[in-house]
Amino acid sequence: MPVLLELVIALLLLTGALFTLIGAIGLVKLTDFYMRLHAPTKATTLGLGAMLIGSMLYFTQLHGELSVHELLIALFLFLTAPVSAHMLAKAALHLRLPTIARTSGRELVADDDASDPRSR
Amino acid sequence: MRTKLLPRPLQSLALLLTWLLLANEFSLGQLLLGALFAVVLPQLVAPFQISAPRVRRLSVLAGLVVRVLGDIVVANLQVARNVLGRNSQLRPAFISLPLDIEHDVAKVMLASIVTLTPGTVSADLSRDRRHLLIHTLTTDDCDTLVRVIKQRYETPLREAFEC
Repeated sequence: MPVLLELVIALLLLTGALFTLIGAIGLVKLTDFYMRLHAPTKATTLGLGAMLIGSMLYFTQLHGELSVHELLIALFLFLTAPVSAHMLAKAALHLRLPTIARTSGRELVADDDASDPRSR
Repeated sequence: MRTKLLPRPLQSLALLLTWLLLANEFSLGQLLLGALFAVVLPQLVAPFQISAPRVRRLSVLAGLVVRVLGDIVVANLQVARNVLGRNSQLRPAFISLPLDIEHDVAKVMLASIVTLTPGTVSADLSRDRRHLLIHTLTTDDCDTLVRVIKQRYETPLREAFEC
């Protein structure tokens, strides 16, 4: 395998690992549930994307034929990540998980609760 | 085209291709297995399906996809900066986004785009399905954010689909 290609693959894998790590750090560090939701939903898409491109390059070179099933993983990720984030947020709203005090627009959530007392 | 065996030919084709990609090999056995799924699965899930809106302008849709992919990269960098920066600088907010698009599938697409793009996660759809509740990490100006989302994503979605 050419050195340049190895270098590119290594860079892609490291970038992917870095963004996934940042997503994990955000999960620990951010203050309330809704803020924490941002880190893993976003950071993982680019992180996983970079790793998948690295994987495609590596296996394409290794087997001498185009490796494309990584594209499926990316597709499924883009389809499922927003839906699961939405369901988590919906569950959090339903359970009225606390938001930090400086969150603006909290009355939107309160309104929704008042007109719709736990009936979903 | 729409026979009883294949009520949704495009969906069946997508399933077959997905199966072949998953198996990562092209052989008669995999082809038969994929064909079986392509016939059986759409019939199994038929009761849950809502029909997708017709694509009116493919070029607009393609442009939107490219734009969203670019924004996903921006979103990742931005969230990385937010995570590594100070928590006290974040200004989280809930925002209600009034929806102009009609079709449920288009609404799902908009909600997903909102989640994948910078600074925002879609949290809930109001009961009347006319407002999307959004949580954002850093916002000083909610009205601008609503306008940007409507202009950047909702308008192209409306143009691309008949709704």
